[in-house]
Amino acid sequence: MSNRLATEPLFDPAAPLVASGNLRRRELTSRVAAGSATAGAVLAIGVLGVVVYTVIKRGGGQLSFGFLTKTPPLFGGSGGGIAPEIVGTLVIVALATVIAAPLGVLVALYLTEFSGPRGGSVIRSALDLMQGLPSIIVAVFIFGLLVAGHPQSGYAGAAALAIIMLPLIARSSQEVILLVPSNLREAAEALGVGQWRTILGVVLPAALSGIVTGVLLAVARAAGETAPMLVLSSIFPINQFLVNPFSHQAIPNIPFFIFNLSEQPDPASLTRAWGAALVLLAMILIANFAARILLARSRRKLGR
Amino acid sequence: MSVRARSPRLPALALTRWRASGRSLGDGLLFGLCVAAALLAVLTLVEVAYQVITGSQDALSKFGLGFIWHSTWSPPFSQYGAGVFVYGTLISSAMAMLLAMPIGVSIGIFLALLAPAKLRAVIGPLVELLAAVPSVIIGLWGLIVLAPFVQKIEPGLNSALGFIPLFGAPQTTGASVFTGGLVLTIMIVPIIASLSRDLFLTVPGELQDGAAALGATRWEVIRGVVLPTTASGVIAASVLGLGRALGEAIAVTQVIGNANEIHANLFAPGDTLASRLANLFPGTDPLFHSALFYLALVLLVIGLITNLFAQWLGRRFDVGGQVLR
Repeated sequence: MSNRLATEPLFDPAAPLVASGNLRRRELTSRVAAGSATAGAVLAIGVLGVVVYTVIKRGGGQLSFGFLTKTPPLFGGSGGGIAPEIVGTLVIVALATVIAAPLGVLVALYLTEFSGPRGGSVIRSALDLMQGLPSIIVAVFIFGLLVAGHPQSGYAGAAALAIIMLPLIARSSQEVILLVPSNLREAAEALGVGQWRTILGVVLPAALSGIVTGVLLAVARAAGETAPMLVLSSIFPINQFLVNPFSHQAIPNIPFFIFNLSEQPDPASLTRAWGAALVLLAMILIANFAARILLARSRRKLGR
Repeated sequence: MSVRARSPRLPALALTRWRASGRSLGDGLLFGLCVAAALLAVLTLVEVAYQVITGSQDALSKFGLGFIWHSTWSPPFSQYGAGVFVYGTLISSAMAMLLAMPIGVSIGIFLALLAPAKLRAVIGPLVELLAAVPSVIIGLWGLIVLAPFVQKIEPGLNSALGFIPLFGAPQTTGASVFTGGLVLTIMIVPIIASLSRDLFLTVPGELQDGAAALGATRWEVIRGVVLPTTASGVIAASVLGLGRALGEAIAVTQVIGNANEIHANLFAPGDTLASRLANLFPGTDPLFHSALFYLALVLLVIGLITNLFAQWLGRRFDVGGQVLR
């Protein structure tokens, strides 16, 4: 044994540096694994591509100035547009934003400026649970609160959307506010500026574009929510412009309109559904792109 | 005195003390508003639970807990049970999670560790855009495009995997639990993908470089270093995806067939809690209405358990905790 060690070193420095069969096998495994991870990404992008392509291909033919400005025919058939639904969706989402954005920013300020560790974790946990609430549950809740015993209404729909938006806005605002450099705050403090004026005059303006990003993403999310509309604002005359969310009447909206049309048997309704889907998707994608551009700006501004 | 100074009991006393501390009315106002907003958020959650429980009172007292597994849903006979829908919810969501977890995690791996920076900057946002497509559009697509496709592949799956009861006889329409599960998969893959990408990006580069310096291949670094350090975070991300799948109403109701039946066969139509709620709400008579609220209660409890589990997992895992919240 000792003899063998002496004559034959364990490692031969003169041996050629060629991969053994083992290493080749490991490299192959690595390649295969990397390849399948890539395939996963391609698959997801492919599905997105197919969905968007279908919507554009089937809805694109509908898209025209008239489709955006005319009312749909009351008893089905082709022609007309989806203008009342577009306007109604904008009204409901705007009202929801007016409710959720200030509240969300205030909750974010509570988390960043005022809360102790325990209060903070309770609120954060509550926000997580709120974000995890299925939208149909939010709808049922608002139904019990505002609609039971009354007719459906735009403000009920907006309230449900506000509950869906609030945790998104609070979370994203909290993240940007935390990014505001502390020397800005300290400078304000050194000048003798009080806490509230520091927050309103220094912290919030510095974080503004980031906050708006969060609000835009929440708007994009809310605009497509169908379950709350189904429960809270679904019995509407499809061809009338109803713009007062506080009248006790359901407001026309795109998501429910698509849902309703998708269950109709005639092809004209289905075509209109694809057209409406294209309009909704375009609105949401535009909001997303705008949010992304703003986010990049705010990152630059806050030095990240 | 010193004890009281730290925690003044009387509001009036607190106010005096606080004025003495030199803070302005503006500070107080802003503080008050922020606290009120935070409390409102908590209150809303409590109020959600309260509304759903009071709404289901009638059904709760008539059917008791047996409602959850009882499989009769028959409005003409005033007999209600959630069994069929609990089954449909669990099986479709489980299918979605089983499919979405490997796909989502591999997208995460690709985006965080394999893709060149430029590609990553394009594909990352695209994956997130998939998450932004509204459920009603995914459902419309599922109904018109995916369901006929599923109908075509059903015979193949049945002949290849027919020995498993899940892949039973093909059906005449593509509206099935299987299609519902696929639609849910599409909806939760982006969630799992973007969360797990963020998790993988938190794994320290030194650890990976260390493994690579010891001769580990790319995959061995991922399997030996990246995945073990982020495992509980990845599971938390998947559970969050599961929570989303459990509660999805619209897309599912468009493709699942809305049948009041339990089948082992995935190709048969079925229904979920959320889908049934979306279809029938608010119901025709008080007991029906109450039974629907009871469905919402069951869904709420399942959803809360799932979410709390994800939170707990996320918290156990430091870095992931930051990403996941």
